[in-house]
Amino acid sequence: MTKDRIGRRTLMKTGAATLMATGTGLMSPVWAQGLAPTESMRGGSNNYLPGAPIVERIGGGGFLMSGTVHRAGDGAPLEGIRIQIWAHTTEGFERDPHSHGATLTNADGEFQLEMPQIVPAFGQPHAHLAYDSGTFETVFLRPVMASPRDTSLSAHFVLKPA
Amino acid sequence: MTVLRALLVWSLLAGVMVVPVIVATGSEFLQYRSATYVVAGFAGVIALSILLLQPLLASGLLPGLPMSVGRRVHRWTGVALLLAIAVHVVGLWITSPPDMIDALTFTAPTAFSVFGVIAMWALIAAALLAGFRKKLRLRPQLWRLAHVTWASVVVVGSVAHAILIEGTMGTVSKILICAVLIAAMALTVHRLQPWIGVWRRGAANLRR
Repeated sequence: MTKDRIGRRTLMKTGAATLMATGTGLMSPVWAQGLAPTESMRGGSNNYLPGAPIVERIGGGGFLMSGTVHRAGDGAPLEGIRIQIWAHTTEGFERDPHSHGATLTNADGEFQLEMPQIVPAFGQPHAHLAYDSGTFETVFLRPVMASPRDTSLSAHFVLKPA
Repeated sequence: MTVLRALLVWSLLAGVMVVPVIVATGSEFLQYRSATYVVAGFAGVIALSILLLQPLLASGLLPGLPMSVGRRVHRWTGVALLLAIAVHVVGLWITSPPDMIDALTFTAPTAFSVFGVIAMWALIAAALLAGFRKKLRLRPQLWRLAHVTWASVVVVGSVAHAILIEGTMGTVSKILICAVLIAAMALTVHRLQPWIGVWRRGAANLRR
C-alpha cells in the first residue's frame, strides 16, 4: 500500500536488518548471514513487454533512472546485468513499446538510463523495472517518486540465483 | 431574504461542484494521456461532483426544493452517478488492463484503489437497494438505515480515493469538495437519524 512512501532502499536495509536482528527464522541460513534478496513489488510487472532493447537512452531523455544490482547473501555487485525500464512519460504510455528500454550494470553493479520525464499514471508518478534474464530469479520493481516534479528516481536489486 | 439565501446556497453549491472540473481541465498531465484515459479521469471527477448532490437532495437541505422533489431528482442523479462510475472503471480498464485488474482484485500497490473499489461496490449496493426497494419488502426504517449506511461508505471511500490520488484535480478544489461532501453527509445523517425506528421498540415509539 503506502509502503511505497518509504524509500525502497530504506525499506530493504531496515527490513533486512530487522529480520536478521529479530531472528525470525523466516530466512534460510544462507540469507541470514548477508543481504536478503529483493522481492517483487505489487503491480511491478504491469504493462511489461519482455525483451526491451538495450538503448543509449529512452526517447529524448531528461529524467535519470538509476540503481544498483547486488547478489543476495554475499552482497557482491553484479556486472553486466540487464535491467528493463518502462514508465508513463511525457513521450508515451506504459504500454507503448517506445516507452521501454534496457541497460546493463557496470563493474560496480550500478546502472543508469536516461528517459523522458515520468508523469503520474493511475494516481502515482512511478516507474517499472525488471530483472528477467534467467540467471537469477525474476524481480519486478515499481518505485514511486516522492513528487511528480522529481527528475530522477532510483531502484535497487538484490538478486537470488535461480 | 429567503430568496437571497437560496440563491447564495445554490451558487455556492454550483461553484463547489463545477470548479474542480474546470481546474482539472487545466491540468498539465492531460496532454500526456490518451483520449480514453482523459474521459475516464473526468468521469471520476464528475462523479465526485454528482455525489455531493446526493445527500443534499435526500435530506431536503437545498432551499426551494421540497423533499418529495428532491428524492425524485436523487434517483436520477443516482443513475447518473452509476453511469459516471461505469465510464470511469471501463475507461481505466481500457487504458491499462493490468492496473484495473489489480485494483478490482484488491491487489494494487496503491491504497486509493482499495478505497475506490470499496466505494464502487457500496454504490452498487445502495443502488440495488433503491432499484429493488419494492421487491425487497424491507420495513422503510430498515431500508433507509441500509441505504444510508452504504451511502456513507460511498462518501468516505470516494473522499479517501480522491484525496490520495495524484491526478488531474487541483489540490485546493479537491479538498474543498471533499470537505463539503463529508459535511453534507454528516448533516444528512444528523437530519434523517436513520437508526430511528429500526428496532421494533423504536418503531412502536414512533407510532405512538
